[in-house]
Amino acid sequence: MRQIAIYGKGGIGKSTTTQNTVAGLASIGKKVMIVGCDPKADSTRLILHAKAQSTVMDLVRELGTVEDLELEDVMKVGYGDVKCVESGGPEPGVGCAGRGVITAINFLEENGAYTPDLDFVFYDVLGDVVCGGFAMPIREGKAEEIYIVCSGEMMAMYAANNIAKGILKYASSGKVRLAGLICNARKTDKEYELIDALAKKLGTQMIHFVPRDNQVQRAELRRMTVIEYSPEHPQANEYRTLAQKIADNKMLVVPTPLEMEELEDLLMEFGIMEAEDESIVGVAEAAAV
Amino acid sequence: MTAEAAVKYVTEIPEEEVSRVSEWINSEEYKEKNFARQALVINPAHACQPLGAELAAHGFEGTLPFVHGSQGCASYYRSTFNRHFREPAPAVSDSMTEDGAVFGGQNNLHEGLENAYTIYKPKMMAIFTSCMPEVIGDDLTAFIKNARNKGIVPQDYPLPYANTPSFNGSHVHGYDAMLLSILQTLTEGKKIEGRCTGKLNLIAGFDANTGNYREYKRILKEIGIPYTLLADISESFDSPLDGTYRAYPGGTPLEDAADSINGKVTLTVAPYASAKTFNWIKDNFSGKHISMPTPFGVEKTDQLLMTLAKEFGKPIPESLKAERGRAVDAMTDAHQYIHGKKFALYGDPDYLIGYVTFLLEMGARPYHILCSKGTKKLEKELQALLDGSPYGAGCKIYINKDLWHMRSLLMTDPVDAVIGDTHGKFMARDAKVPLFRFGFPIFDRVNLHRMPLIGYQGAINMLTTICNKFIDIRDETCDDRNFEMMR
Repeated sequence: MRQIAIYGKGGIGKSTTTQNTVAGLASIGKKVMIVGCDPKADSTRLILHAKAQSTVMDLVRELGTVEDLELEDVMKVGYGDVKCVESGGPEPGVGCAGRGVITAINFLEENGAYTPDLDFVFYDVLGDVVCGGFAMPIREGKAEEIYIVCSGEMMAMYAANNIAKGILKYASSGKVRLAGLICNARKTDKEYELIDALAKKLGTQMIHFVPRDNQVQRAELRRMTVIEYSPEHPQANEYRTLAQKIADNKMLVVPTPLEMEELEDLLMEFGIMEAEDESIVGVAEAAAV
Repeated sequence: MTAEAAVKYVTEIPEEEVSRVSEWINSEEYKEKNFARQALVINPAHACQPLGAELAAHGFEGTLPFVHGSQGCASYYRSTFNRHFREPAPAVSDSMTEDGAVFGGQNNLHEGLENAYTIYKPKMMAIFTSCMPEVIGDDLTAFIKNARNKGIVPQDYPLPYANTPSFNGSHVHGYDAMLLSILQTLTEGKKIEGRCTGKLNLIAGFDANTGNYREYKRILKEIGIPYTLLADISESFDSPLDGTYRAYPGGTPLEDAADSINGKVTLTVAPYASAKTFNWIKDNFSGKHISMPTPFGVEKTDQLLMTLAKEFGKPIPESLKAERGRAVDAMTDAHQYIHGKKFALYGDPDYLIGYVTFLLEMGARPYHILCSKGTKKLEKELQALLDGSPYGAGCKIYINKDLWHMRSLLMTDPVDAVIGDTHGKFMARDAKVPLFRFGFPIFDRVNLHRMPLIGYQGAINMLTTICNKFIDIRDETCDDRNFEMMR
């Protein structure tokens, strides 16, 4: 069983990419489980055709305890026999979503969700590694492979680099490794080259460049993956290719995150950012001559 | 200071209102409201996971319990043991504070390990967590690996660790988690194909009665069975007072614990307090694996002795047969004072099953049975016991209710006595019935943890305590003309 965690900046398309990739793996006969680690709980809707699956923490909230929870209450099976679980969590602004992830994963472990027939377990994790709870999927004995979803936008690259820093911390004491960047294209300038270069600097690879295509949105409106909605569409092929590349991937590295200057140099090299002009820093428009 | 200036009530409540409410909380109406309560727990009959973990840690030779978390948490576990056993409970914490909460507790853990290792020279440190590191998601596996890599402790130094969030489960679960980790740590790489120690591994579970441990040992010695107790707290919390302070008295020798993986038979007499440990043992330990209820009462003791005799091919010695006979005699002599009496019980799952077994054997009625941290499985097992005896009829089980619920039960559907721990003394007083302190913790009576409750001797002890109390009550409350020499 290979356990894989998907990280990346918020809104970058982690859940969409994960579900389409998982659908791709399922279509080549792999047994997969998705564990959504995001209080928004939108990691499984395309597989289940559901608005939102009832999450582990929803039921805990209802029952007041995790002890009376049964695995079948929280695990649903969707497209391609993909098993789906959402950790869920509190409303924004209250409680501790990180602990929700810990509780949910502990529950899954204790109740035998990790069956030996599974080929892959995917953790779709909220944004950055912001606290210990969101690092739960990459603790010892869990996911050892991490993919970062990013795009050619500056902030997405910052986030990818930050996540690489988090991985480095865990890699030094455990087996967790960076397995690649997935570029979820936003059609920015020189996107392919930029992410390819960033990947190389991080010591890893751009495992796949997923072009932007509105077919993804059309499928999403129907709460489906592209693979299920239009298996013949070229975009479905992209996800199948990504799935196959992940299945075949052997390149697991301890990342070499960049210093901020290095990252900015890279952006400047590709013309994304202009060279810094210290004379304009902190000068308001009206005051500028 | 004048008398008037001393203490004043913020709100004056009229006498009549106080007495009205005092009456009302005893009513059926209040009971219904009380049982409809969902969000609040009042006086639960359990402690938290790390407390249980600490007890397991104390049961091993030269072992220092190490709390990864705040200092106040560690003080709570220690003072609970101090008050119950009236003995010191040496344990340390890595004193996580605000900065630990923000930056994670690795630095605290590392500094704590370094200090404790250097100053207290333990043979093993058993690490367990309190709430704070659990909420922020501290990764103990990584922290401990880093500690070894930094040379804070030697690579091969035993550092078992357990995640024991206080807000989850109870002391029973924490005990289980810590024992499991200790056994996993100590037995790693110790399994030798073909080797058999010829010994019994006995798991007593979360049992804070040192007398029980001595009783197990005595029984095993009588039959002639070599054993390793996992874990043995009998000396740790009941060491002789001879003027010498020992930081780590007693405990199961680490070598014996390591070799337990090659044992002949591993027996747990605490299925609920060692569920996870036992599951792991089934897959990893050599020899036979047996689980049976804690031997309260004659029948369960018979079952234990016969199992031991069978597995080790030894006859049950005459001395134990005679002891059984004496227990039966004691029961016969005393049965009239307990037969048909109603009891309210609360406590840990394994103990509750023991109380119910014992009471049904005596023809007493375990009328209200309450576990504030239990499962449906426990409920089923208790119900099966009740269904198996005419004295179980009409008795009820309350799972995940607290002692304030129990108080309502005592007031609306009275019993003759309560069996539990010190936390029940208020409701027992309100209900004007005696409280028998057989559980944990006992803060307000002395030496009760030295009185065994298991085995034939334990049955005699419980019976004697209960019946004589009933006779005392009769002597204290009867009219002069009924005050008799003979009872």
